[in-house]
Amino acid sequence: MAAADELTFHEFEEATNLLAETPDAATTSRSDQLTPQGHVAVAVGSGGSYGAEDEVEEDSDKAALLQEQQKPQPGFWTFGYYQSFFDVDTSQVMDRIKGSLLPRPGHNFVRHHLRNRPDLYGPFWICATLAFVLAVTGNLTLVLAQRRDPSIHYSPQFHKVAVASITIYCYAWLVPLALWGFLWWRKGVRERMGPYTFLETVSVYGYSLFIFIPMVVLWLIPVPWLQWLFGALALALSAAGLVFTLWPVVREDTRLVAVALLSAVVLLHALLALGCKLYFFQSLPPEHLAPMPQVSPLPPNVPRPSTLPQSMATS
Amino acid sequence: MAEAEESPGDPGTASPRPLMRDLKAVGKKFMHVLYPRRSNTLLRDWDLWGPLILCVTLALMLQRGSADSEKDGGPQFAEVFVVVWFGAVTITVNSKLLGGNISFFQSLCVLGYCILPLTVAMLICRLVLLAEPGPINFMVRLFVVTVMFAWSVVASTAFLADSQPPNRKALAIYPVFLFYFVISWMILTFTP
Repeated sequence: MAAADELTFHEFEEATNLLAETPDAATTSRSDQLTPQGHVAVAVGSGGSYGAEDEVEEDSDKAALLQEQQKPQPGFWTFGYYQSFFDVDTSQVMDRIKGSLLPRPGHNFVRHHLRNRPDLYGPFWICATLAFVLAVTGNLTLVLAQRRDPSIHYSPQFHKVAVASITIYCYAWLVPLALWGFLWWRKGVRERMGPYTFLETVSVYGYSLFIFIPMVVLWLIPVPWLQWLFGALALALSAAGLVFTLWPVVREDTRLVAVALLSAVVLLHALLALGCKLYFFQSLPPEHLAPMPQVSPLPPNVPRPSTLPQSMATS
Repeated sequence: MAEAEESPGDPGTASPRPLMRDLKAVGKKFMHVLYPRRSNTLLRDWDLWGPLILCVTLALMLQRGSADSEKDGGPQFAEVFVVVWFGAVTITVNSKLLGGNISFFQSLCVLGYCILPLTVAMLICRLVLLAEPGPINFMVRLFVVTVMFAWSVVASTAFLADSQPPNRKALAIYPVFLFYFVISWMILTFTP
């Protein structure tokens, strides 16, 4: 069996382009228990065009490959079912993270990096890291602010960890669910490309949140315009990745729906970034503690307007 | 010695296990954590007494006086418990999903016992905080917590790393790092 290193994902330019053009092609990976390193065989459907006449051939290709695989799909109550979502190696996760950091137009994250093998490891642990980094750096900001201005009251504010976790996990799961549902509902309008599976949508969103982690760390620098600059940069990169991934799916839809959908995606992403900035990084006024804003699961809330002028004045 | 993976004691014995024997087992595992070598003792004879004792100690020491409003304070007793046990369970499930061949309770046992260095750090921090506050105070605490954090991560890695497939070790170790980082943060930000 060829070593997995020879078949890692970063070097097959031809296969990459072929896969990107024919997303219906089945990529199979066989992994057995003894050697956890699976290898990937790429089977491209006949021809590069879609169309009804190709479906029969693609179906028979798929059937042959499936027979070759001979792996019955485990039921959702078994542990093996969930294990299939964590079937990634360190190098694959790093590759997906790098892919999310550098979006390119036409470079579809799902096709080029996920390769029909979405994983839940990345989204889950990126969300966990982001939640804790938010809480920790928000706390650190308070410490640093107190050193500058000793009248600010410092406290560990541990409940912010809970708020951060709930917000981020809800965003990373409910928004892809809504998006997937919407795309699935509209799939009748599209002829060529089916919607991404739910797991692929969750993966895309999860990996797109990675850039917020260094952004949040850089928000420790107490220069306001620099913070807004970093925020805008990270948001642009992240939203660009999402848009480039979704564009092939929505471009066959009506123009109105496509524009509305992409705007909603970008807007929600911006709201998340803004909410994080305002909730975790407001420096408290010296006289009294700012009232904690309410948090609802979806969408992430911007703090009530009464706290905004205070935070704007003191930040 | 028939040691099933999931059974901690002798089922069906009429008399209860002597307390000293259990305490000695717990103490022996503490020593294994403090001087981590690649040994199987922690894994073979797992028990959850040690982690429970450590978790309760840590949660009690992280309590502050209730002078402050509850919402704004440090972690409450229940929060520490939830973070430690929920975190340990999550890491265990993650490592099993990635294909590790360690059992559920063995992994909980290792993660729980490796909180020992951080509990020691908490004790030291509490003592240091009795002195007058200032930057030196903070530096000492930071140094102690950092060293103990590294110790915890190294100790748990020594026990857990072998059970993972080689190309996924980093994926399984990173959550452990995050887990001890959060606990260290709770210890470092503690103010009485």
